[in-house]
Amino acid sequence: MSGIVWALLGAASAVILAGMGSAYGVGVAGQAAAGVVTEDPSKFAKVLIMQLLPGTQGIYGLLVAFIALSKVGLLGGGALDLSLETGLLIFVACLPIAIVGLVSAIHQGRTSVASIGIVAKKPEQFGKAMLFPAMVETYAILALLISILAVSSIQV
Amino acid sequence: MADKKYTYAVARIRSLEVSLFNQAVIEQLLACKDEKQCLQFLAEKGWGDTDTPMNADAILTREREKIWELIESLVDDMSVFDVLSYQNLFHNLKAAIKETATEEKNPNIFFNDCAIDGKEMLDIVANKDFGRLPENMRQAAQEAYETFLHTRDGQMCDIMIDRAALEAIYEAGRKAKDDIIRQYAESTVAVADIKIAVRSQKTAKSMEFMRKAMAGCDTLNLEQLIHATLSGMDAIMDYLAGTRYAGGAEALAESPSAFERWCDNQIIETIKPQLTNPFTVGPLVAYVLARENEIKTVRIILTGKRSDLPEEAIRERVREMYV
Repeated sequence: MSGIVWALLGAASAVILAGMGSAYGVGVAGQAAAGVVTEDPSKFAKVLIMQLLPGTQGIYGLLVAFIALSKVGLLGGGALDLSLETGLLIFVACLPIAIVGLVSAIHQGRTSVASIGIVAKKPEQFGKAMLFPAMVETYAILALLISILAVSSIQV
Repeated sequence: MADKKYTYAVARIRSLEVSLFNQAVIEQLLACKDEKQCLQFLAEKGWGDTDTPMNADAILTREREKIWELIESLVDDMSVFDVLSYQNLFHNLKAAIKETATEEKNPNIFFNDCAIDGKEMLDIVANKDFGRLPENMRQAAQEAYETFLHTRDGQMCDIMIDRAALEAIYEAGRKAKDDIIRQYAESTVAVADIKIAVRSQKTAKSMEFMRKAMAGCDTLNLEQLIHATLSGMDAIMDYLAGTRYAGGAEALAESPSAFERWCDNQIIETIKPQLTNPFTVGPLVAYVLARENEIKTVRIILTGKRSDLPEEAIRERVREMYV
């Protein structure tokens, strides 16, 4: 395979895996949020924020994919003729957000569900409840940082 | 991912747990002057419906119905909850056998909110069509029916069916995929065995009787319990003190009603961890048991108020609450 294929595979992985994680996380938290709103619609805003927290990984994956695609010239111009080595470098640079995005979004979704349980019973503890799923975000951000630094620093 | 299929249901239950009666609400109910005031208080808390008559039975029956209406709206596969109605189902069998054999008619002795209601059970027993019963009931039903017909020994009929009920609960627990059902089954069977031991000791029953009445479980050694029962109440307490049911020994030392309360509290202790479980069917099962416990506690208070029992006497019988 030529380098451009590997680079595209890297960008696709970042979007697909991180997106899958976020879809699961937002989905499972959405089910819990719907359960709470069925009984108490006044908690809609609070549980909606909880539901959205696992959605960020998908955005991070998209961001890294954009940077990778523009790096190899697939956005707004002709694709560059990449060596196999450079293509593989871009592929590997996309992996942190792809893999960590998938796993962290799943776990963040589950933590959001648990925190939605707190909001259901003690809405005044919303601030504390939000911190638990927000903690999981740390690792998605770390992976995003490394993926952006790595993709940006590769010479094409 | 199978444990996630209850995510929506558990979140709804979490919201509903807020309106369960806690100890403070029970105190308010206890502070009511009489039954009428209690009923008014319950109506204010949303018990019954607008068209429910203002009497204890109607309100409590409506509340029981509400539990199952809610669960049926949340769960597709109701078989997980079957084990919770086994005791009522087997009670219907006992009642039907006695009614058929004695030809007395008491329509109000059946539970009609389980798989086989009173009318159908009477039909099955009258026609000796035991094949229509679930497999785990058939043999016990046949044997208990014949025993009662030949000996007219109501107690023997009861213990045969009660034991079959306990064995069915234990077996359902053993096969269950969900921890909560396993724990419920173990706790129910063990507490029933302890109750049998205590009552057998008080009525000087034989070893053979206890062997027929008790059902095996993992947390009690039946032989040791039976031997302790034959030696006396202190021996039962000594034996229980060395098991996870040490609280039962303390309750026995306190009073008979404290012991009865401890028996019911065991189930609440078993389900309490479900308050912090965001997934699986566990919180739903726990909610059903908590609501039943709540209704039972309210019934105790209402009956106490109706009979003008002193507040302390009612308080001693009040069960621990889930929330």
